[in-house]
Amino acid sequence: MGYEISLLTAMLISIIGSLSLNLITGFCGQVSLGHVAFVGIGAYTASLLTKATTPFFAALVAGMLLAGIFGVFVGLASLRVRHDFLAITTMGVNFVFLGVVRQQDWLGGELGVSSIPDPGLGKLGFLALVFGCVVLVVLLSMQIRRSWMGYVFEAISGDEDTARMLGLDVSRYKLIAFALGTSLAGLAGGLYAHHVRFIYPDSFAFVESITILAMVVVGGNGSIWGVMLASALLSLLPQWFQFIDDYKLLLYGGLLFAVMRFSPGGLAGFAQRWFPQSQKSFTLEVDK
Amino acid sequence: MSLLDIRAISVRFGGVHALEQVTMNLNPGEILGLIGPNGAGKTTMLRVITGVVKANHGEVQLEGELLNTLPIHVRVRKGLGCAQQLVRPFREMTLAENVALAAGAKHTQYPWQSLFRVERMEALRESRNWLAKVGIEDAADSYPEAVPLGYLKRMEVARALAIRPRMLLLDEPLAGLNQAEATTFADILFELNRQGQAILLIEHNLAEVRRICSRLVVLDNGRKIAEGSPETVLKQSSVQEAYIGQGNLNAEN
Repeated sequence: MGYEISLLTAMLISIIGSLSLNLITGFCGQVSLGHVAFVGIGAYTASLLTKATTPFFAALVAGMLLAGIFGVFVGLASLRVRHDFLAITTMGVNFVFLGVVRQQDWLGGELGVSSIPDPGLGKLGFLALVFGCVVLVVLLSMQIRRSWMGYVFEAISGDEDTARMLGLDVSRYKLIAFALGTSLAGLAGGLYAHHVRFIYPDSFAFVESITILAMVVVGGNGSIWGVMLASALLSLLPQWFQFIDDYKLLLYGGLLFAVMRFSPGGLAGFAQRWFPQSQKSFTLEVDK
Repeated sequence: MSLLDIRAISVRFGGVHALEQVTMNLNPGEILGLIGPNGAGKTTMLRVITGVVKANHGEVQLEGELLNTLPIHVRVRKGLGCAQQLVRPFREMTLAENVALAAGAKHTQYPWQSLFRVERMEALRESRNWLAKVGIEDAADSYPEAVPLGYLKRMEVARALAIRPRMLLLDEPLAGLNQAEATTFADILFELNRQGQAILLIEHNLAEVRRICSRLVVLDNGRKIAEGSPETVLKQSSVQEAYIGQGNLNAEN
């Protein structure tokens, strides 16, 4: 039972991570290839703080704040560069993060941070907390989607120059997308660190950014339920089947290729093609 | 007082003078044609007005307020409604949704507040009125890929109107349309102007320009070469020369 709870907790945390990227990339159209850096900032901040006897929830919030602040700085770059240039810039952010944590002794260097204190909620209690966070993140995503903010995000994602010509403050909206998405990534990081209770630089390697991106793309860029489904599948499968874990990179790479080639809308787009009627009401009522 | 005042605008791209000391104005309720051969600097002028291009010299004022240092979206909110030369609809949205986004400007002015504004029906209803105004309400629920270019051109005008601008800036709205479509569209623009909408029209279709514009400004090689009523301006030899070239003019004579 303990194993299943742990598995479920890890899955829910990865859902928070991918939904957080979905806000930036799916809703607002800003590609980020270094998203795990913000998960890492949240994880390091929260775990170092709880090790310094800060209360768990305060540490979690601090991790979110710091990740969000760094996210806004990276968002500032998105005001200058676009598309593939932004992708490369954000990729660089991931490597800068790794470069810094590997070299800093006070961050644990290569050995990382171990003996992260138990939040004291019990395994089930922690699962309930993570589940509650998932619910909040889903509700926030749905609210953004149906609000005018989501409407503007959709416009920016489509054509930001035209959005500006309609009097929309594109820069500020983009910064908000980055602030929200990266602080939620920080939340995922804080939860992750206190779930596994040991983090080291490789936990936040570039391949993990690609993993999160694969969850978003496979689920369907911008689709809340598609991204949740893809994150659930892609985080559970390697745990259930060891051979998948061995070929994880191959699997994710292949999936990204297959989705781009055969169903650029991901699982959500696939569902829409096969069940156009049901998907339509689903999209209108839930996603819009 | 003029609605829009453009004073001694100069723009250089590297060594090229795209605009040189151009001064012009747009009066309230006027439909002004900004014409000139290809490369004359018309679109550059429009971009200077909207803020996409920064002028090296000169001033742009809207009702006496200096716009030079303001970013694009602020200028738009102050009253510039713009339809660009190449149609750029949001392709994931229906025509009505395209226009409603502009019609809901009050919901989107403050980004954080926009998160708590959900109601879209009012803006969608309003967007249908704007689409009706340009004669394409029948395509309100269509996606851009499903309608002809003429419809998209009109949607762009409806979208620009939906922010309730003090002046419309239109960059070659008739380009790419056949003569019948162009005439219909020009009639719509004329009617909008008759209802009080000030319009700055950049256009190559001189027949329609002559028909609907009350005044013309002619640019050539970045300089203003003529200004006045269509009849007098189009007869000026300098204007004819700019359009058809000195050699052709001599041959005609």
